[in-house]
Amino acid sequence: MSDIDCLDPVRKALLDDLDGGFAELFGAYRGVVFSTALRLSGRWADAEDLTAETFLRAYRAVAGYERERIAALQPRAWLLTILLNIWRNCARTKSRKPPPDLHEEPVDTVDPRESVEDAAVRHETGDKLAEMLSMLPEDQRVAVVLRHVVDLPVHEIATVLRIPQGTVKSHVSRGLRRLRTLGGVQ
Amino acid sequence: MTQDPLLAGLAALATDAPDGLLERIAARWLTAPSPLGELSVAFTGQGIAYVHRGEGFAAAFRARAGRPLLPADRPPAGLLPALRTGRSSGVALDLRGLSDFQRDVLLAARTIPRGEVRPYAWIAAQVGRPKAVRAVGAALGANPVPLLVPCHRVTRSDGVAGDYVFGAAAKERLLVAEGVDLDAVRRLARARVFYLASDTTGVVCFPTCHNARRITAAHRHGFRSLAQAQEAGYRPCRTCRPALAA
Repeated sequence: MSDIDCLDPVRKALLDDLDGGFAELFGAYRGVVFSTALRLSGRWADAEDLTAETFLRAYRAVAGYERERIAALQPRAWLLTILLNIWRNCARTKSRKPPPDLHEEPVDTVDPRESVEDAAVRHETGDKLAEMLSMLPEDQRVAVVLRHVVDLPVHEIATVLRIPQGTVKSHVSRGLRRLRTLGGVQ
Repeated sequence: MTQDPLLAGLAALATDAPDGLLERIAARWLTAPSPLGELSVAFTGQGIAYVHRGEGFAAAFRARAGRPLLPADRPPAGLLPALRTGRSSGVALDLRGLSDFQRDVLLAARTIPRGEVRPYAWIAAQVGRPKAVRAVGAALGANPVPLLVPCHRVTRSDGVAGDYVFGAAAKERLLVAEGVDLDAVRRLARARVFYLASDTTGVVCFPTCHNARRITAAHRHGFRSLAQAQEAGYRPCRTCRPALAA
């Protein structure tokens, strides 16, 4: 907290100006948050909703933070913690009541940027793996996505999930073993 | 990096977020000229969310919407002409976060044409809550998008402009600039005339309705209440619909 100059640009920008800093935060972590959301939820539209909600909550939270707390923030782990909370809550409420919010705009179910050829390629390779991921138990799926899709180090996953590093490693390795079994000899 | 096809496959599942996503999260802002001077305007992908005059725009928007506010490259479609001409019905609005009642009140106020005014009770009747006249006043006072929802066109029936988000003086100034003859409305109100009828058409209107403004003096009849006008054989105007406030 004493030495603001040695902070990464995102946190420095957040301390400078909340709104400009938010743009930096979004730019730096949009891919990580979206990829995690997409591979956890398995649906493009849900991933967009989850990502938007995550950054919105992050903004509202950081608006109330002291400068010291912002300076001490680990933005990536913090954002992913928010995402996982929202995702778990969503999954829980969805299982209870399905009605959608009528005030929200409808969302596309596919990536609008994707060409037909890209979609075909993805269908052959990524989709199978993504589908296998969705068959993993939640603990293992989260751990595998964070470790191998978005490439988080084990200690950061431990922070996000608030579990010991050893437990992270065992979730990851069990998840991988299961994926290999599901996919035959990969 | 790794030879393992499974790990390579997993790493390939990472993807960037779609480009439009930031617009679903953040609002954009810019300043725009208006008859009341320069205004700060915030908008989202859904439409204009907030119009502010003077200092404290960003803080006020943050407290209200809790969304990041980033500078805009260009104004949203229709904003500048709407502010210039006072004809704002084509501009998309983002009224999320308001109560249903407040939204109904604002949408009702939006139907009042430029150059005309309606009483608070008329809005209350429009939204199906004829007794909620004070609540209508409160909802209009909290209008997040003044000028684009022309809450300045809702006035007291005695011809006094009444309160306004940007101050009573600004309200009078806007109405005069739009061609509302407030002095005439006040003169009529002092004579206890709140409706004008034409004996050529047999129609009774609010005094600022464009149909009422066309009535020549010889054929003009003033009424204190709609009931009196109807007793005298006049039917309520279908344009300004005074029957709603009776």
